[in-house]
Amino acid sequence: MTKAITPHELDAVPEVTRLATGERGGVSGARSEADYSPDPKELRDDQVDGPELTARLAKTWGTQKGLIGALSTVDHKVIGRRYIITALFFLFLGGLSAVAMRLQLARPESSLIGPDLYNQLFTMHGTTMMFLFGVPIGEAFAVYLVPLMVGTRNIAFPRLNAFSYYVYLFGGLMIWLAFMLNIGPDVGWFAYVPLSGPEFSPGKRADIWAQMITFTEVAGISVAISVIVTVFKLRAPGMTLDRIPLFVWAELINSFVIIFAMPAVVTASALLLMDRLVGTHIFNPAEGGDALLYQHLFWFFGHPEVYIIFLPATGWVSAIVVTFARRQAFGYIALVLSLIATGFLSFGLWVHHMFTTGLPQLGASFFTASSMLIAIPNGIQIFCWIATLWDGRPVFRTPLLFVIGFFFIFVAGGLSGIMLASVPLDAQVHDTFFVVAHFHYVLIGGNVFPLIGAIYYWFPKFTGRMMNERLGKWHFGLAFIGFNVAFFPMHITGLMGMPRRVYTYLPEMGWGNLNMISTIGAAVFFGSFLLFLYNIVTSARRGPLAGPNPWNAGTLEWASASPPMPQNFDRIPIVTNREPLWAHRDSLPVAAGLSVENREQIVSTVTAGRADLRESTPEPSIWPFLSAVAITILFVGSMFTPWALVWGTPPLALALIGWFWPKAGTEDER
Amino acid sequence: MTKASFQPQDSEELLPHRIVLNVRSMPSYAYGHRSPIWWGTVAFAAAEGMGFAMAIGVYFYLVFINGNWPLSAPPPDLFWPSLFTVVLLVSAWPNARAKRDGEQENLSATRRNLVIMSLAGIVLLVIRIMEFNGLHVRWDQNAYGSAVWLLLGLHTLHLLTDLGDTVVLTVLMFTRHGHGKRFSDVGDNAFYWYFVVASWLPIYLILYWFPRWW
Repeated sequence: MTKAITPHELDAVPEVTRLATGERGGVSGARSEADYSPDPKELRDDQVDGPELTARLAKTWGTQKGLIGALSTVDHKVIGRRYIITALFFLFLGGLSAVAMRLQLARPESSLIGPDLYNQLFTMHGTTMMFLFGVPIGEAFAVYLVPLMVGTRNIAFPRLNAFSYYVYLFGGLMIWLAFMLNIGPDVGWFAYVPLSGPEFSPGKRADIWAQMITFTEVAGISVAISVIVTVFKLRAPGMTLDRIPLFVWAELINSFVIIFAMPAVVTASALLLMDRLVGTHIFNPAEGGDALLYQHLFWFFGHPEVYIIFLPATGWVSAIVVTFARRQAFGYIALVLSLIATGFLSFGLWVHHMFTTGLPQLGASFFTASSMLIAIPNGIQIFCWIATLWDGRPVFRTPLLFVIGFFFIFVAGGLSGIMLASVPLDAQVHDTFFVVAHFHYVLIGGNVFPLIGAIYYWFPKFTGRMMNERLGKWHFGLAFIGFNVAFFPMHITGLMGMPRRVYTYLPEMGWGNLNMISTIGAAVFFGSFLLFLYNIVTSARRGPLAGPNPWNAGTLEWASASPPMPQNFDRIPIVTNREPLWAHRDSLPVAAGLSVENREQIVSTVTAGRADLRESTPEPSIWPFLSAVAITILFVGSMFTPWALVWGTPPLALALIGWFWPKAGTEDER
Repeated sequence: MTKASFQPQDSEELLPHRIVLNVRSMPSYAYGHRSPIWWGTVAFAAAEGMGFAMAIGVYFYLVFINGNWPLSAPPPDLFWPSLFTVVLLVSAWPNARAKRDGEQENLSATRRNLVIMSLAGIVLLVIRIMEFNGLHVRWDQNAYGSAVWLLLGLHTLHLLTDLGDTVVLTVLMFTRHGHGKRFSDVGDNAFYWYFVVASWLPIYLILYWFPRWW
């Protein structure tokens, strides 16, 4: 059954000893239940084949019908789909708040929106885009795609993953409900003290902001850990480190950045809450605290945050470029090393957000240098993508168009970023619309354009149907023009001195025309999203059916059905190449022997990707949902009384025990 | 393969399978780094370790800003935290036993070890309460008090979490579920306890000795 490698056949499957460890489960000298031979009565996938195997596996791995079933699901595709839709929903809410602000700013002395609502609007816009859209959307794609791309059946810790989704959803709903009740936060998306402290922001608005951070960070760190362990331990046999798809690398590095950056913002927001609610003095200079400490903590997270938003996008770009250039990525190793370098360097930039706070000059110079340094790995990536396209035979379908748009917009944003890295220029334009223009070029160029490309690209996998190509091209045209018309003039309004976060301005300032142009651009840009929404809804219902691999792509997610069955693959693929489906066009080499009746998947080794264990993964459970409800009660309650930490803990502990307590009748128990 | 022509596939069919490896006889779980849960525990310890690092950073930032330290309060008492440290360090021994006997899948020894670890956790929690009483500063007195309570509170949270985890696991091992993969969970629980021990040592030095040396 097994083929040996011959020099003529580079993509041949290596011998079994290179695909599996063959080690015992127990430690040496001990008799372990791990090594018991499996129940002979249990059906395994080397005994059935074809449609029967598909149907039986779908039953084993499926999600139960009904509300309880839907809330108990642990299928990474179901949770991933919810994550993506929720993040896009928040993108639209964030976009609507932006449109409202643009309408207000279109004319000088406009009285459409008053200062209080305007403060809430820009806070909600920034907070939503950064915490409820920017971070979750990258993780959402990881939840859906990483298990498929590494050739496994579910994400590691699927219950934790489900839990994280509900926590994220509840946190997002909480802050938007508060906004609708006119207690939305109004202290800016980074909520600097002393403005957000107990003295200047009485009431609950700043608490809502800080507690929303807690929700999203608990969710974000949980997903990051699931993704890391999925990539480390659940890769298909043969997927060595240098055969991991670039998208998966990007999500892996991203998850590491999340794990090390997010504790900083949790510290910042938790200390802010403590200062506000229980009278600590961490940020209170009158009692030995310090307000700038808050900025250090926030930006120690805040700068990596930019890369948390950007890194998944590099993964989307790599996947799209390779597929539509019809060749393997140019400079795979350089691309991976650039991702890692970006991840590390992103932690050394935070002070460039604080150049106007009067820091020592030596410190400022260091952070200028490191801010310029990070342009190097990013530049390497751009050049690798261009080289891939240059040497390939690019096919200009909608996903690739958005990637091309990304090149132009992101590079323009990068250039204004290098300008801002220099302290004198930064001091001049700090808190003006120049900065607003810069970071929208970087964030919309660096995240939203690749995201839209990614949705066009993976939509057939998610839904089984193609999106409309003609509408897609119109969408791209409108988005590209609308974006530039909206944001390019802001460079100039900023240089003319228009500050951020003002709800209106006087006609004598001469900013009226440029603002009107920006508003028109914003309307066009928003219109492009309505077209996008229309395309999504109509294509999901009536689009032409897509086969498993409509783009003729090379990575493993395209080896599953569209949309994928609950088990993803009927048998776990064996990987011999970076683009497995280009290497094996006639038949897919696979591993057999896993249970058909229980949720088993292959656990492999971290570097060589050799099959090591056949471990069972958790069954559906309602407890992660109940735990999320319990933690929501605890978090929301603690904004009103510290005693919520006391009475909120027993229900949470109970839910967690329910979660971890083994159920009778599952594989574990036999 | 490098430059294949682009033709959208209209095929509805998935690729046929060619079986090249059979995993039927592979073990169903393993210990340490071979187990996904171990990596999850490491990742959680990394994220929480980062939280400790941030809190320690806050503490020293405030020392640097203020110059004199501790702020208008005597340094905290040494007796209870030192006793805590000793008991915590001693607990590493039954913890190591728990891990080793778990790997041997020795049920009676594992039960005994887990009971010892649960008791150790409870004793430590009692000492911790005494420790809070000897701080000589409240969290709302000044920034020094806030930072002290922050660090001690953060560690207590970890102590409580691991104690809860250990107690549940202990009960579990006395039920019919106490076999197989649960022994691997015992190892991971022991691993997390090491994290609780290791994260305490710098905090002990910072909270109780640093103000005396400064």
